[in-house]
Amino acid sequence: MWKFFHKLASPPHFYQFAGKIVPWFAVIAIACIGYGGFAGLFVAPADYQQGDAFRIIYVHVPASYLSMMAYSIMAISAGIGLIWRIKLSHAVAAAAAPLGAWFTFLALATGSIWGKPMWGTWWEWGDPRLTSELLLLFLYIGYMALRASIDDIAKADKASAVLALVGVVNVPIIHFSVEWWSSLHQGPTLVREGGPAMAPDMLYPLLAMILGFTFLFGALLLGRVRTEVLYREYRARWVRELLLGDGGTT
Amino acid sequence: MMEVLAMGGYGNFVWGAYGLTIIVLAVCIVGGPVRHTKAINDVRHRIRAMEAKS
Repeated sequence: MWKFFHKLASPPHFYQFAGKIVPWFAVIAIACIGYGGFAGLFVAPADYQQGDAFRIIYVHVPASYLSMMAYSIMAISAGIGLIWRIKLSHAVAAAAAPLGAWFTFLALATGSIWGKPMWGTWWEWGDPRLTSELLLLFLYIGYMALRASIDDIAKADKASAVLALVGVVNVPIIHFSVEWWSSLHQGPTLVREGGPAMAPDMLYPLLAMILGFTFLFGALLLGRVRTEVLYREYRARWVRELLLGDGGTT
Repeated sequence: MMEVLAMGGYGNFVWGAYGLTIIVLAVCIVGGPVRHTKAINDVRHRIRAMEAKS
């Protein structure tokens, strides 16, 4: 197992491996999102309190979960890169940031669309879940801006890794904010004592959407890391052989 | 059909959220291969420039 991960940290091996695995991730994502989206929109019964507006949950929850997951991956990768100086880790962190920012934007936007009919407002500044999620978007933007402002890639990796690690404290704050403070946002629906607070008809499409979004994120992330690796390794012989010689698929 | 579109009076919100999701996912999905193709061309140019210098 360790041998596999050790080998995977090698940029040429990772590049080839990721290229093979991305289509499989994409197929699983399409199947899960196809089922989850259809069942969530047309099969699951309307919620007894929220009516059909609850169907927004099927895009909002996966986006929210991925917004935090992407930041955790970014921070862990940045930390590994900082401590063990594994080049691929910084590439993973750099590739995760824009995807995380998009999913955070999606979580905020769909949450806002859901909030209007349920709470009577698009946005509530005093709400801890909403403001901590907005802070997450600013952290992603700050991370990307910091990287873009430093020409030296090694210095950019180090500086942005520190920011990623400092900002990771916001992730548990987002997750537990609805338990720690009074919030307009509803409490945990899936991960809670006593199991999920949803009927199976509603729950299964949601789980499928979460799984589908996760595999889609995985496919997008691996694709972006491959691009990042190419830019970082352009002096390496394997890149030259791949792009100019008979190196197989690019 | 109209009932499905109306979503119990929440049609604008539900379809708006799903529409936005499709747009964002499309941007992410299309953006990846576009960036990768650009990277391949950029790196090819860099390698050729390096070889021309040496």
